[in-house]
Amino acid sequence: MKTSKMYPAYFLIGSLLLFGVFCILPSILGIGYSFTDWSAYSDEVNFLGFGHMFDNYLKAFSDEKYIGYLGNTLLFTFVTTIVKNVVGLALAVLLIRRIKLLNFHRAVLFIPAVLSALVVGLIFRSVLNPEVGLLNSFLRQLGIEGPQWLTNPDIALWSVMAVDIWKGMGYIMTIFIAGLMSISPTYYEAADIDGAGGWQKFRWITLPMIMPVLVVTTVINVIYGLKVFDIVYALTGGGPGYATEVLYTGIFREFGYGNFAMGTTLSTIMFVVMIIVGYFLIRSMSRSEVEE
Amino acid sequence: MRSRKAIGTIGVNIFAWVLSLILITPLILILVNSFKTSTAAAEMNLALPEVFQFSNYLTVIEKGRLGVSFVNSLIYSVFSVTLATLTSSMAAYVLSRNRCKANKIIYFIIVLGITMPINFVALMKVMQILQIVNTKIGIILLYSAMQIPFNVFLIHSFIGKIPRDIDEAATIDGASPLRLFFLIILPLLKPVLVTVMVLGFLGTWNEFVLPLYYLAHSANYPMVLSVYNFFGRYWMDWNLVCGNIVLTSLPVIIVYLLGQRYIVSGMTLGAVK
Repeated sequence: MKTSKMYPAYFLIGSLLLFGVFCILPSILGIGYSFTDWSAYSDEVNFLGFGHMFDNYLKAFSDEKYIGYLGNTLLFTFVTTIVKNVVGLALAVLLIRRIKLLNFHRAVLFIPAVLSALVVGLIFRSVLNPEVGLLNSFLRQLGIEGPQWLTNPDIALWSVMAVDIWKGMGYIMTIFIAGLMSISPTYYEAADIDGAGGWQKFRWITLPMIMPVLVVTTVINVIYGLKVFDIVYALTGGGPGYATEVLYTGIFREFGYGNFAMGTTLSTIMFVVMIIVGYFLIRSMSRSEVEE
Repeated sequence: MRSRKAIGTIGVNIFAWVLSLILITPLILILVNSFKTSTAAAEMNLALPEVFQFSNYLTVIEKGRLGVSFVNSLIYSVFSVTLATLTSSMAAYVLSRNRCKANKIIYFIIVLGITMPINFVALMKVMQILQIVNTKIGIILLYSAMQIPFNVFLIHSFIGKIPRDIDEAATIDGASPLRLFFLIILPLLKPVLVTVMVLGFLGTWNEFVLPLYYLAHSANYPMVLSVYNFFGRYWMDWNLVCGNIVLTSLPVIIVYLLGQRYIVSGMTLGAVK
């Protein structure tokens, strides 16, 4: 029997319809709308004209407000990716050693990852409350007057990143643990015989063997960081001012203001970046599949 | 040498406990405060309540209309997870078995959806054209669509491990493609289906961005979004807010504890091969 008959194409209809209509179509429409003056204030949507067709993009890359969104998004992505990787790997190496109640610790570290970011945001609005919050009360006992974690524009973004790291590091750690478990213990036994110390074993066995996993966690963190919305919205809503505004919260704000053209322009910039990232990611992943 | 190692082990264990405490303290804070009076909860500390105010929970359920939002969340997650699992397993099956050029491209584009951001603004236009803004069915369809890329990716890699001899034997016995898939293949996919369903449930339950954009009436809000609304109205009463947080997170924590194995395997499978 022919393959195409045994595996008919109509099996694809459901997925293609849902994915095509709700994911692909808006992205393509969005590219078109980014060359218009689409807004809530007029029923008409006008093409900007060939001379001005990139005006929205020029604005996105010249207006200080939008550059701020981009800058915050990149800073957030950069910092959370590095810290989650370093802390996640350190915890994984540590926890995989003989520890009593290992599964208990792993479960606790993973719980924040399954909670809604909105809930985590509310919890930390309490913890980070400058007057009575848990953190500043604790610091006061040590004789330190803690800052206004979420309302001081110089600190707010760092607080948001810290909460995000608190929430996400358990997940990254779990991926590293799975990676570490797949390293054959014979390497470590051989190193023991050669008299290698803990650091040497980490540097010359663990690190090279965990590299492919490190690449994946980096990609996961970067994708997450560029698309972040939930935790920022829940903690600061992008404020104070625009201090913690990232791309996705910025898009939501533009949407709320009725600046649809600007919202879809920012989305399209994101779309192009993510498609390029995703293309190389899948290419590299399918290559390793072939090698197997 | 041995004693140094023993001290090291103790040190590592202490560190693990400190770490676990740092992670769990904020959660205990919420639980403890949910049983306090409003005045006591305003201090936001870890002291145990003098009298456990179990009635807080009744107040929260009544004032926050949690019954309605609980049912909404349940509707959104159950229907979208069912629809997404069904459609994506059918697609993954054909894309894995019949690797012609067109199917390879389709697979690539769908999996690209894992990283692809949603253009929420233009999606509003699509929803308006389909007349599903502010409707439950609209949210269900959106959530289903969002789950498809990851589901297809995970199920596709699982189907690759099921031998094709089964398909051929069944076809020779006269099974139609639909019978073959639903009666023979689908039961074999059970482990990966449980994984995508549990992950899909968690994702849908915790998500609030789509309702934020496309639901105007609080009568349609899922639990997570209604807890946020509740906070907006009762931010003076942290005891009630905490109670609401506990009730909203309870389903997720129960599913996590029951399905831990599937969640961890699903969330790490794509990453570590």
